[in-house]
Amino acid sequence: MKQSNPVLAIFTILTFIFLLGPLAIIMVTSFGADSYLSFPPKSLSLHWYQHIFETEGFLSTFKTSIIVSIAGNLIALLIGLPAAYGLSRYQFWGKKFLNSFFISPLLIPGIVLGFALLKYVIVNYQFSIYTGLLIGHSIIMLPFIIRVIASSLANFDFSIEEAAISLGASRLATFFKIVLPNIRSGLIAAIVLAFLESFNNVDISIFMTGPGVSTLPIQMLQYVQNYFDPTIAAISVLMMLLTAALMYFIERLLGLSYFTKN
Amino acid sequence: MKKNKAYLFLLPGLVFLLLFMIVPIILTISSTFKDQGQISFNGYIEFFKNKYFIQVLMNTLKVSLMTTLLCIVISLPVSYYISRIHGRMKSVLIALSVFPLLTSAIVRSFSWMIILGKNGLLNEILMNMHVIREPLNVLYTPTSMIIGLVHLFLPLMIISLVGVMENISDDLVQAAESLGASRFVAFRKIIFPLCVPGLIVGSILVFVGSLTAYTTPALLGGKQQVISVYLYQNAMTLNDWHAASIVATIMVAVTFVIVGLMNLTASKLNPRGENS
Repeated sequence: MKQSNPVLAIFTILTFIFLLGPLAIIMVTSFGADSYLSFPPKSLSLHWYQHIFETEGFLSTFKTSIIVSIAGNLIALLIGLPAAYGLSRYQFWGKKFLNSFFISPLLIPGIVLGFALLKYVIVNYQFSIYTGLLIGHSIIMLPFIIRVIASSLANFDFSIEEAAISLGASRLATFFKIVLPNIRSGLIAAIVLAFLESFNNVDISIFMTGPGVSTLPIQMLQYVQNYFDPTIAAISVLMMLLTAALMYFIERLLGLSYFTKN
Repeated sequence: MKKNKAYLFLLPGLVFLLLFMIVPIILTISSTFKDQGQISFNGYIEFFKNKYFIQVLMNTLKVSLMTTLLCIVISLPVSYYISRIHGRMKSVLIALSVFPLLTSAIVRSFSWMIILGKNGLLNEILMNMHVIREPLNVLYTPTSMIIGLVHLFLPLMIISLVGVMENISDDLVQAAESLGASRFVAFRKIIFPLCVPGLIVGSILVFVGSLTAYTTPALLGGKQQVISVYLYQNAMTLNDWHAASIVATIMVAVTFVIVGLMNLTASKLNPRGENS
């Protein structure tokens, strides 16, 4: 390949400055000592990190977010794992349609789904807000679980499964001892991606807040609309650290080329 | 026997989605066509007579269109660059595109509040350089919304395009160049046509994403409303669930029409025709 074009290289660098510069600015402002957002900060302090823990609401909503993301993930796995298996393992009538059906939560505007859930699941079906939150988050996690696991199963040789069964293993034992270990990395990556999708979700959660129930993103949103101090910058930095750690984890498991393949 | 088993595996998911997604959405949609027990389109007629709603709808479509166009124009050269380099640098650039994608939309919109605000970084720099005397009002305008949305969706477009461009062999470009085509002509005549299907998939994601995004317009848009913020306000602030349901139905309809149209174009442009 010839030497790459310098204009193209400069344009690419500028684009990445546009993408990442704002995130770097957040990081710097989070260490500012002033009670308003300034860049660069005139003096440095960790005061705003401390402020996260002193402000009511952030810790409790963080707890709710974690519980909902993990419990919702379990529900999505419980439903999604068999579905991904069925979709990869068998040929049947309507397979193409069902494939898209399970991905469809990605297509429906989140804000519409959130509103519909509030209107029917909470008001009509009389579920609690917490349950509604859990159901909503399971729905949006399902496509991630199914898609990532199905793409792992696509590389799995099902004749190994049949060999185990013909040697006398039960279907269930085969699934847990043969199939699951073979798709382990895809499974974990699916869990992590679904977790991030749920943890960052605003569109569904914003309709599912009530007395004592709210998620961290919603709490952040309300805080930003009322105060303009570096607290949110400090939380943002913590969230970015979490994202980076989980991303490193996915990279180890799947390789980032996973993202460009879709 | 095997056939029945497949459905058994899919059954829990089907029931779950039907009960908690499809039924609530269909009921939301069907409720808008009923007025005191009779079928009626009055809600819609009133809505489309409402100048404010039309303005919100147009505003949303304009912002989404601008966002999509900007994402296409910026991501084409960037993805081309990333797809043609090799080794460590390439993985680093892909990682740097994936990172913002997994970062919360609130964090990313918030960063633009710091930059574009009246006392923000941009105004400070421009005033210190004496380019402007009075601070610019960029935040809470359609422009700030577009900047925030491009920032939000550009990584998605870059990553979808890199995936497509990677599959285009270097040999094709080299063949064109050795036959006398300039690099730009080679890009325009060889690379570009081959990545049109990927471009369409990316554009659907960006356009529909911008059309339905809530967080970024809510934080950066100010009084400039878009349809998703309008839905939320009708539902939660004004408590007008009938109006909110009508907005929801219009959003679903617009989304499906756009996805359908773009899929149709993609399958026409894709010579293999099937995997659009």
